[in-house]
Amino acid sequence: MTTTTGSIPQAKHVPALSPRIRRGLASAGWGLASIGLFAGIWEALWAMGLANPLLLPPPHMFLGDIPTTLTFFDHNARIGSTDRGEGSVLPLLNTMLWTTMRVVLGLFIGFSAGVAVGALVHYVKLLRNLLLPTILLLAPISPVAWLPVAIFVFGIGDVPAIFLVFITVFFSIVLATVSQIEAVPKNYIHVARIMGATERQTFWRVILPAILPGLFMILRLNLFAAWMVVLIAEAVGVGTGLGQITSMARATFNAKLVFFTMAIIGVLGFSFDWGLRAIQRKLLWWVAPGQGVS
Amino acid sequence: MSRPAITLKHIGKTWTPEGRAPVEALRDFSLDVMPGEFVVFLGPSGCGKSTLLYMIAGLEEVTGGTIHQDGHEVKEPSAERGLIFQEASLFPWLTIADNVAFGLSIRGTPKLKRRDIALDILRSVGLGDMGDKKPDELSGGMRQRAACARALAMRPKVLMMDEPFAALDVQTRAKMQDFLLQIWRDSGASIILVTHSIDEAISLADRVVVFTARPGRVKTIVPIDLPRPRPSRDPRYHAYRDQFAELLADEVDRAFAEQEA
Repeated sequence: MTTTTGSIPQAKHVPALSPRIRRGLASAGWGLASIGLFAGIWEALWAMGLANPLLLPPPHMFLGDIPTTLTFFDHNARIGSTDRGEGSVLPLLNTMLWTTMRVVLGLFIGFSAGVAVGALVHYVKLLRNLLLPTILLLAPISPVAWLPVAIFVFGIGDVPAIFLVFITVFFSIVLATVSQIEAVPKNYIHVARIMGATERQTFWRVILPAILPGLFMILRLNLFAAWMVVLIAEAVGVGTGLGQITSMARATFNAKLVFFTMAIIGVLGFSFDWGLRAIQRKLLWWVAPGQGVS
Repeated sequence: MSRPAITLKHIGKTWTPEGRAPVEALRDFSLDVMPGEFVVFLGPSGCGKSTLLYMIAGLEEVTGGTIHQDGHEVKEPSAERGLIFQEASLFPWLTIADNVAFGLSIRGTPKLKRRDIALDILRSVGLGDMGDKKPDELSGGMRQRAACARALAMRPKVLMMDEPFAALDVQTRAKMQDFLLQIWRDSGASIILVTHSIDEAISLADRVVVFTARPGRVKTIVPIDLPRPRPSRDPRYHAYRDQFAELLADEVDRAFAEQEA
């Protein structure tokens, strides 16, 4: 990069960009172009009078009056509470934080418990016989169907939302753990045994790292389902958070607020996936990008 | 005469697959492997030679007879009996140096010391500057060297290899055979290598144990009285090759006949 600048006169004043930055700029450019096209078509439909601004307000309307929109958010993360927000950003961030917290906790507990139960089911024959049929029976039930159960058992509050996210990942992680442990190459285990590893050492130092990439992929596939479920839970069983705001906005026919919240949810979901990928790159450093588990 | 490194006495192995007739893989197999000896198991596929290797390693149970290493009965795997597979089977989540040091870390060797040992051994197998690489950054031949280094780090008395070069291309395989003779001399360990390649057997072995078709027994044991290296243009090499080809052809014919029956 540095040696070529002298030999090409017209490129003298253009700072040399590393290929990585150039790729990043290119993908950001295409991202902007894609979103711009989408928003442009929407705006055009509005301008031609084809999109009713009361039902489908175009981006400049629901993003244009942010201070007014922000007054709908408050420190209790719900519409209609007495602690009414005065249009500052903090209540919005507060609402986003609570929703995010429910997703993170649910995913974390669901993932850890899923791996633990999956490993127990694999190693303890009694548990396998006792638990596996029930797990197979419960796994296909949609997480949303668990909502009434969650409210009966945990009442209105944070726990049902966290529980629903937990349910979303738990069963798939249990089943994935069982099948992934079975798929660990036999020779890995032979090597561990020859080297004198105990069962416990073999699990922590061979089995777990061998199955982690696959499990992480399952987690990422379930991420969007987790977001979906948390919004439903908030609308029904929690009474606070972004889900509740969307639901109240629908009930009060506030289309601008609906789309604004949708945009926020979109940004959050995107950042989440990005964050998980970053964690994956750090934690699972040996998995090459684009190698099945990117 | 010194005590054998490995003693196999009347080894038998019968598989009993669920719901099907039992399969006899090995019958009455006896053999002594001396310390520092290079023994090759040669036989048609399915004759139980790999199974026998896994039983010596302690990974597979015998259903008849006994296996002793240095006078002690083999009951479970041990790093004194290293085993190398057709695939290198390095852990992809560890660097090459950490892979080589894996057994030492299980043994509780301090971190700095085991890294020193690992890098030393890597140098001796020609991978001195590969310690910090990931396994998938190495070629097949290099990965197999690293797998040897991992086994050698435990200072094994016996090094067993299950068709270790079968997945490599011809040029790499020739290089790896030279490399193997070198680590054999340096380490002083006995080597038992399983192959179905006649040339591999002739170029490497002190003694070649020819297996019969299933159930595997010792058909004959042929000492190779040629100085190493053993160029394949040597007429004596040709004589050995003809001899093994004939021995194996008999067994392959029998295996086919049995399958058709």
